[in-house]
Amino acid sequence: MGIELLAGRILAPFFGSSVHIWGSIITVFMLSLSLGYLLGGKLSTRSASLSHYGIIFIISSITLLPIATLSQTLMETIFIVIEDSRYGSLAASMALFFIPTVILGMLSPYSVRLLVKESSQSGQVAGKLYFISTLGSALGTIITSFYLVLWFDINLIIYSFCLLLACLGLFAIIWARSQQLSNLASNHA
Amino acid sequence: MPKQLNHYLLLIINIFVVFTLAAQAEVIHQEKSLYRNILVEDNGDLRCLKFNVKSTKSQQSCFYKSQPHKLVFNYTKLLMSGLLLNPEPKRILIIGLGGGTMSNTLAQLFPNTHIDNVEIDDAVIKVARRYFGFYENEWVKSYNQDGRIFIKRALLKKQSYDWIILDAFNGDYIPEHLLTREFLQETKSLLSENGILTANTFSLSELYAHESATYKAVFGDFYQVRNLINSNRIILVTRNGFISRAKQSKILKQLVTKLQKYDVDIKLLYRNMTLTQQHQDWPDNTRLLTDQFSPANLLNVN
Repeated sequence: MGIELLAGRILAPFFGSSVHIWGSIITVFMLSLSLGYLLGGKLSTRSASLSHYGIIFIISSITLLPIATLSQTLMETIFIVIEDSRYGSLAASMALFFIPTVILGMLSPYSVRLLVKESSQSGQVAGKLYFISTLGSALGTIITSFYLVLWFDINLIIYSFCLLLACLGLFAIIWARSQQLSNLASNHA
Repeated sequence: MPKQLNHYLLLIINIFVVFTLAAQAEVIHQEKSLYRNILVEDNGDLRCLKFNVKSTKSQQSCFYKSQPHKLVFNYTKLLMSGLLLNPEPKRILIIGLGGGTMSNTLAQLFPNTHIDNVEIDDAVIKVARRYFGFYENEWVKSYNQDGRIFIKRALLKKQSYDWIILDAFNGDYIPEHLLTREFLQETKSLLSENGILTANTFSLSELYAHESATYKAVFGDFYQVRNLINSNRIILVTRNGFISRAKQSKILKQLVTKLQKYDVDIKLLYRNMTLTQQHQDWPDNTRLLTDQFSPANLLNVN
């Protein structure tokens, strides 16, 4: 959600601040989240593990980087090619936000897979996950729009998001390794 | 005795009621557009366009029905100071239409000048045509577009303007992408060799300093034009420096009679122009507004 909010800022210099900008942004985010959920669910059926989960985090952080580094050139090209600012903003949102949001969307079903141990708990686990992720979205929205934009450059905020995601991913991988090691140790004992 | 007092009281109340009713404006048009509420109010001879709320603070544009050419608002009069630096603009771009009074006035003053009006809200254009006598012809055009996009596209088409008027900042919500350094650079490139830019700006909030610093960073020192009656300020800049005060005062003489009809006291404006070189009223280390950092709406608190 933090990224979604910044998206409006990023697109405005080229596509304005008309109502259709937000239409484009929300459409792309919803579309890519829905695809992400589907893919994440599919992926979780194949030997799901915490370290794979960490890798998804790291990939998402890498795919977010172009929003800061490539957006100017990308939007310039789209601005010249597409005259209608409705389709221009849609194309630009697609180019910038589609891939990272698909990958971020994959995390939700994958989390369910990792956390559910028995099928009778699945509802409760899913409920808790929805609770946490939606609450997180709310916090991300308010913190970004009330404070972060008042203090920092947009790119700095995006780099920080990338860093945060990468750290979470690394943490998951390290955690997974250490558990493997302790499992091995207890098996040997 | 108490009866008489009662009578007097009733009479006073009556007079009071009648007067307030007479002073109260009559809403003649009201609509919800994509961006805001639009109100058109008649108050005797005065007709005003308002956005969102029924307060005098939200007045966008007003005119006297009996004397439509007379400029009502201070800041629209202040904008005319641009003519001191460029008395014969051939191509004018106005960002933010309002009631279209600026366009109408300039079209009257310069019948053979191209005037392009850019307004993001289609409903405002329609209201201007219907209630404020905003007129278009082969010289005067209006475009329903975001100002920044219009300027970017105009640059691609290699167009240029002798006078750009930025007047998109009257509403409750400020278009943040029209305040940044990058936007001002684009606007500067759209100016012709002796092109000028006048901008109606924020004079009361914290935004004042940020905005001033950004203009200075792009254009160098600029003229500020104020009217002592209220707190409006106009920023007046050029692409290639200013003509001398002596030349300005020569132009002034030609303008005095020309502008009288519009209720513009150009002599007063001339006296109230100050150059930031001599008088800078914001701190040097003020952070510039850029496409990366432009929390204009958050800064615009008094």
